[in-house]
Amino acid sequence: MTDAVGVDPGSTPAMEHGPPPMDIRIIPPMGLPFVAVAVVFVLYAIGSNSIWALMLAHVAGGGMWTAVDLYVGLILGPILGRLSPPARAEFSARFMPKMVLLMPTLVMMTLATGFQIALNYGNLYPSSINRPWLVASMVDVGIMAVVALGILEPANIAVLFEMKKERPDVDVIDHLMKRFVYTAGVTGLMQVATLLIMTRVATQ
Amino acid sequence: MSTLGPAGVRPFERSMPPVTGLGMASLACAVVSGVIVASQVGMDDPPMVVPTMFVAAALLLEIATVVVLVRIRPFAWDRFRLVFSVGLAAYVLQSAIIAWAFVINDVPAGPMTILSLGLVVFATIVPVMLAFTVARYQAVDDPR
Repeated sequence: MTDAVGVDPGSTPAMEHGPPPMDIRIIPPMGLPFVAVAVVFVLYAIGSNSIWALMLAHVAGGGMWTAVDLYVGLILGPILGRLSPPARAEFSARFMPKMVLLMPTLVMMTLATGFQIALNYGNLYPSSINRPWLVASMVDVGIMAVVALGILEPANIAVLFEMKKERPDVDVIDHLMKRFVYTAGVTGLMQVATLLIMTRVATQ
Repeated sequence: MSTLGPAGVRPFERSMPPVTGLGMASLACAVVSGVIVASQVGMDDPPMVVPTMFVAAALLLEIATVVVLVRIRPFAWDRFRLVFSVGLAAYVLQSAIIAWAFVINDVPAGPMTILSLGLVVFATIVPVMLAFTVARYQAVDDPR
C-alpha cells in the first residue's frame, strides 16, 4: 500500500527558479499552550454553563474569527497577491503556521459555545423572534466551513509542506496561494453577513 | 529519489480523482443535516426524514471519497498518514467538545444521533481533505 515517497523534487524548468527551502514548523510549538488554554476555557464554559464564560468564549472567538477573515480576505490577501513570488513565500512561511493553529481554535471557541448560548437565551425556539436570524447564521457559517475546510485550510498546510522541500515547486506554491487568497476573500465577504446577523440578534 | 517518474510528470501536473470535491460534498451534506436539526430545537415532534437523508448522503459520499482515494496509485501514503493522523486528532477533539455541548444540553436521542453522525463525518473527512491536498503534491515514482 505504501508507495515510494520523495520529498526532494527533481529539477524541472518550473522548479529551477523556485524559492529556497525554508526552516518552517508547520505547527508552531509556541502556540500550543495558548490552544490548550482556549480548549480548557471552553470546556469550563460549557461544563459550568456560566453565561459570562460562554459569552467570553463566543464573542472573543467569533469576533477574532470575523476580524481575521475580513482582514486576511479583503486587506492582506490582495496585497499578498501582488507581491513577488519570493516575498510572498517568505511572508507565507512566517504567517501560515500561525493560521494553522489560530483559525481552528477560534472556530472551536465560537461554535462549541454558540449552541449553548442560543439555548440559554431561548433564541432557537420557534417562538423566538431571533430564530430565523440564527438559522441564517448557521447557513452562513456552514458555507464558510465547507469552503474553509475543503479549500482554504488544505491549501494553507500544503503550501507549508511545499516550502519545506529542498527545491520547492513555485507553480504549486502559486496555485495554492491563489486558492488561499480567493477563498479567504469569499469567507471574508461572508463574515460581513455574520456581523449583520449577530448584531441584529443582539439588539432585537 | 526523483520527483519525476518515467513519464516525467511533475506532481503539479498529475491529474487526480475528485477527492476534494467529494469530500466537500460530504461535509456540506453533514452541515445541512446539522443546520436542519438545530433549527428544529424546541419543536415537539420534529421531522427527522430530511436530516436523516442528508446525513446518510454525507456518509455515502465519505465512503465514495475513501474508495476513490485508496485507488490512487502510486501516492505519497507516508505523507498522507502523517497529516491525516495529526488532523484527525485535532478534529476529533473539536468534534468531541461540540458533541459534549449537545449532551450537556440534553439534546434528545433522535437529533443527537444525527448530530453525532454529522460530527463523525466532520472529524474524519476534513483530515482526509487536508492529507490528500498535501500528499498529492509529493513526489512519487511513475505518477501515471
